[in-house]
Amino acid sequence: MSNVKSSKSVDIPMVRIEATKGWTALNLKELWEFRELLYFFTWRDIKVRYKQTVLGASWAILQPLFAMLVFSVVFGRLANMPSDGIPYPLFSFAALVPWYFFANGIGSASNSLVVGSNLLKKVYFPRMALPISAIFGGFVDFVLAFSVLFLMMLFYGVMPTANVVWLPFLLVLIFITSMGVSFWLSAMNVQFRDVRYVVPFFIQAWMFITPVVYPASLIQDPFLQIIYALNPMVGVIEGFRWALLGTDTAPGPMIAISFLVSVSLLVSGAFYFRRMEKTFADVV
Amino acid sequence: MSNIVVSVKDVGKKFHIGKLQSNSHDTLGQKLGEMIMTPFRRAGQLAHGHATAAADLDEEFWAIQDVNFDIEQGELVGIIGRNGAGKSTLLKILSRITEPTTGSISIRGRVGSLLEVGTGFHPELTGRENIFLNGAILGMTKNDIGLAFDEIVSFSEVEKFLDTPVKHYSSGMTLRLAFAVAAHLEPEVLIVDEVLAVGDARFQRKCINKMEDVGGQGRTVLFVSHNMAAVTRMCKRVILLDGGTLAADGSAQSIVSSYLSSGSGTSSVREFNSETAPKGDVAIMKAVRVRNRDGQITESTNISDSVGVEIEFDVFEEGCVLQPHVILVNDEGVKLFTSVDLDPEWRNKTRPKGRYTSTAWIPGNLLTEGMGIVSVAIWALEPSRKLECWYREAVAFQVIDSMDGSNSARGEWAGDFDGVMRPMLNWETEYNAGADVRSEKLA
Repeated sequence: MSNVKSSKSVDIPMVRIEATKGWTALNLKELWEFRELLYFFTWRDIKVRYKQTVLGASWAILQPLFAMLVFSVVFGRLANMPSDGIPYPLFSFAALVPWYFFANGIGSASNSLVVGSNLLKKVYFPRMALPISAIFGGFVDFVLAFSVLFLMMLFYGVMPTANVVWLPFLLVLIFITSMGVSFWLSAMNVQFRDVRYVVPFFIQAWMFITPVVYPASLIQDPFLQIIYALNPMVGVIEGFRWALLGTDTAPGPMIAISFLVSVSLLVSGAFYFRRMEKTFADVV
Repeated sequence: MSNIVVSVKDVGKKFHIGKLQSNSHDTLGQKLGEMIMTPFRRAGQLAHGHATAAADLDEEFWAIQDVNFDIEQGELVGIIGRNGAGKSTLLKILSRITEPTTGSISIRGRVGSLLEVGTGFHPELTGRENIFLNGAILGMTKNDIGLAFDEIVSFSEVEKFLDTPVKHYSSGMTLRLAFAVAAHLEPEVLIVDEVLAVGDARFQRKCINKMEDVGGQGRTVLFVSHNMAAVTRMCKRVILLDGGTLAADGSAQSIVSSYLSSGSGTSSVREFNSETAPKGDVAIMKAVRVRNRDGQITESTNISDSVGVEIEFDVFEEGCVLQPHVILVNDEGVKLFTSVDLDPEWRNKTRPKGRYTSTAWIPGNLLTEGMGIVSVAIWALEPSRKLECWYREAVAFQVIDSMDGSNSARGEWAGDFDGVMRPMLNWETEYNAGADVRSEKLA
């Protein structure tokens, strides 16, 4: 927001408020100072997420579970989609668990500033806390769904490989990508509510250019593969299957491209967010 | 080293506002055409780099301009002004919610701002959970909140409902809890907007006391309010904004009284001059006043006492039947009643030239606590029915419950007492000692 310089002399911070022009520094230090607020926002999101629903937190499991059932019938049975030698339900569920974490994160984060408009207009805090906490809040759902995935693996007798150690890295990649996308979308949504109508379609389209319902091995052309890797979620989803189910889809060098893309999404999104941030309270 | 904590230099804030609708659409066809074309026009303007084109915001408007002042440590400063004078914009800039377009502000110390109590309260969370959430939003650490927790709870008087979701609270309980959290903020500079305009009189007093304590601890408070009584009581210094600029800065007493008498605020007296007076074809208003039952002009009235609204007007053309009206609205904008003058002496009689003073007496034990805002009108009934002259929000008064119990509709109850009216009704009881009384339900 404002151009704020803090000096810690005699422990009384000096705040200077004036107009900032153009691009501003990210001021991550301030975000760190407000980490408790980030924690409370996340905690609130988790607490109220399934309030006044009958099935409560089971929705975290039911969403990907239903999607898996539908996909198993349509793509697994009717279309006979190849699934890298893994039973199709397990094949799709292993992708749906990280995918739902990503998609729901973007979905709620892109609306977070508009939903929290009352806060934006009444209290000062680093505005990034809202989209970030919306993404963090979805992590509990991910853990719940992941435990179901684990049960399914037991049921099908599939043991995770040693590559499972790479899972945290893949998770970080999801965080980076969803934050980057959410910074862009949430900031644009403040000014252009069109974004709200675009996001659901955007997420759906993204799912189909990501190997969720089909294996990435369907794409053979080496040139197309490079284009494909520009979508960071390709490496993440295939990486999940590789680490957990032992498919022969080690992300390899293409994950480097994915990683670069998501980091640049994050950095550009953060700068764009910071640039737009100063007008949030006026236009939201 | 100087003791200046807040220093505001040449601060201004410009807004882009929508253009007035000048080209009217006469036919549905034109309107539809415009609706279809607008997105393309906007997209074109956006593509050419007009960031504000998306909402047709092409007029500029300075909400505040060239505002300068310094505030020293421990000062309690009131900021007053009419609606739209720029008070809220100034507070938003001071609390870093929005950026100034020009100028700069330096603040030494942490700033806590309370632009609305209960910001960030989540209805699904319990009172306990909301204390932590709201505290964090206002900038307290988990540790701070934990230390102040018991004090917050006892201040808010909602102990029993601490584990109930806030959505089941009454508005008064929510407000008390919210203020309690805010009152335990401990920043060096506290910015407060209008929190005292709500809540019952007793809790308002409690809040004012708390704010005075805060000031007494050497912290600096900026306080925006329409409640002139609270401003003069709390603040030694007042800054008056008018039309976005700083109109006066000085001792609270003198600025508040000149502000009230200038007619830009709403007080219990409004005297019109030849320019401001609402004037019709036959009558002109001279003044509107609020009087207590002893005939004295008063800003506030006890809930059990009657209060009079007096309209003074001149009839300069004889031969009309005139009827004064009084319309009372509370501070939440709810219209409480309209009353018309049915005085038999003048009812349906043409009025000769001269000065008239009509007073509508509102009985005691009718209104509830809070603010009453009075609009006045004079209707001509004959020769033709027409609104002669009127004035919106001419005067206002405060209804206060002194809670002496004996003559209050509250009875022995001192807590929340909802409702837009508070009549004292006659209750009758019939008692039959011989009735067949059983505790079990009918089979």
